[in-house]
Amino acid sequence: MVRKTVEEINAKIKAGKAVVVTAEELIPMVREQGSEETAQNVDVITTGTFGPMCSSGAFINLGHPVPRMRMTKVQLNGVEAYAGVAAVDAYLGATQIPETDPANKNFPGEFNYGGGHVLEDLVAGKEVLLEATSYGTDCYPRKKLEKMIRLEDLPQAFLFNPRNAYQNYNVAVNLSDQTLYTYMGILKPNMGNANFSTAGQLSPLFNDPYYRTIGPGTKIFLGGGVGFVSWHGTQHNPGAPRDENGIPASPAGTLAVIGDLKQMSPRWLRGISYLGYGVSLMVGLGIPIPVLDEDVVKFAAVSDDEIFAPVVDYSESYPQGLGQVLEKVSYAALRSGEITVNGKVVPTAPLSSYYGARQIAAALKEWIRKGEFLLTAPAFNIPCTGGNPDYGNLGFQSGS
Amino acid sequence: MKEKMVLYFPSTTTEQPFIYYLIKDFNLLINIMKANINPRKEGRMVVEISGEQADFAAGLEFIQARGVKVFPLEQEIVWLEERCTHCGACTVICPVDALELDRETMKINFSGEKCVVCEHCIKTCPARAMEARY
Repeated sequence: MVRKTVEEINAKIKAGKAVVVTAEELIPMVREQGSEETAQNVDVITTGTFGPMCSSGAFINLGHPVPRMRMTKVQLNGVEAYAGVAAVDAYLGATQIPETDPANKNFPGEFNYGGGHVLEDLVAGKEVLLEATSYGTDCYPRKKLEKMIRLEDLPQAFLFNPRNAYQNYNVAVNLSDQTLYTYMGILKPNMGNANFSTAGQLSPLFNDPYYRTIGPGTKIFLGGGVGFVSWHGTQHNPGAPRDENGIPASPAGTLAVIGDLKQMSPRWLRGISYLGYGVSLMVGLGIPIPVLDEDVVKFAAVSDDEIFAPVVDYSESYPQGLGQVLEKVSYAALRSGEITVNGKVVPTAPLSSYYGARQIAAALKEWIRKGEFLLTAPAFNIPCTGGNPDYGNLGFQSGS
Repeated sequence: MKEKMVLYFPSTTTEQPFIYYLIKDFNLLINIMKANINPRKEGRMVVEISGEQADFAAGLEFIQARGVKVFPLEQEIVWLEERCTHCGACTVICPVDALELDRETMKINFSGEKCVVCEHCIKTCPARAMEARY
């Protein structure tokens, strides 16, 4: 029986002896050698995903001007950052659009620039216009500030995304006779296309479906730099029905993640625009999974033909919250370019970049192989199927 | 022969069914890639016309003699590969499969040959990696 600890795996990483494979490379290995032998041979499995993650943003400390200022309204390149925190702190959300944007007044709106784009500009090292106003106080007299800033000049800036890495997601279709403009992209009438968004067999939470090794404190690849899982994400729903591989049949677990914006790259943090919907951010995220035992391998060996996603109508069922599922389709079918829904062949398009996911899993593998990236065990486990969080050593009684 | 071109219809000509004549009387195959009439009633159409050389010349002469202006198609769509995230959102919107996802590499391929400059990809691309150039 194979048993390894994170400490033992880290010792191998430091010695340059750890065997690291991506979740995609693992699949044929397990098919050929079986899960026990693979668990003996492999120490770390890397995952990756590069897709639109709307629930993302950054806390930014803008630095104190002279005289000092308690910023009440902050704009970066015309995009408002929430300033209802301490004097020169603000949170820039990925989906914020400039006040001057006509939005959907001229439907469908183009949404060419917003919070996600400001984040990309910052990590690209570009100058960004800061405009701040205040009502002025005795301790913070300044009322107005306008200056060009760069990420490298800011005291602190960290990405803190409340909901990333969704474990499974809807496949969006349109049953109506009019084109829809959604956060799932353009949906042509009468099921002209089906859009989906996940890295499937490479996606972190499909490979550790019961969150055994992924939890607060897990060190990850985030936006091209190093980050951490900080909590379970908003809308985390581990109670979704699951199959024997632990794969949930509908959107389930999510992660909140954090990382130093200054380490990140515009290649893995990209501002994006959805016609008629708004702006968002494409986030590159990769999570290593330590091979603690054979079970870890069994779960991580899941392949696209074993992962199923619900097909949902975005003309009626989704906006009205009806929860109807038209069909369940495998990611293998989705990635092949067409699926069959209600007897109709529908072309598919991903919104998440599988190519990017592959590169992230490969980059993380390289970091670990070179001994530059050590693994961390989660401080405690996030809520799992029907259960409450296990806060472990912290000694709290959860839920009850 | 086969050629892509821009047909410009002054407001005095937009009421006439020129495309019908080109097909029926000159035996030309016409693929309309883009068409619009502006508020001043002027029309602009991007077409690919194919047929015998003699029919082609006669057909174009016929419409030009009646006020339609013919311009070469100088506009093209450019794929900015460094901006492309290879997501694939464009692939179901492109009507002629000029944008395709290679299922092995999972990377986007763009074919300028197949592209008919409909411009649908420009606003579909979330990363704004498609541009029109004149």
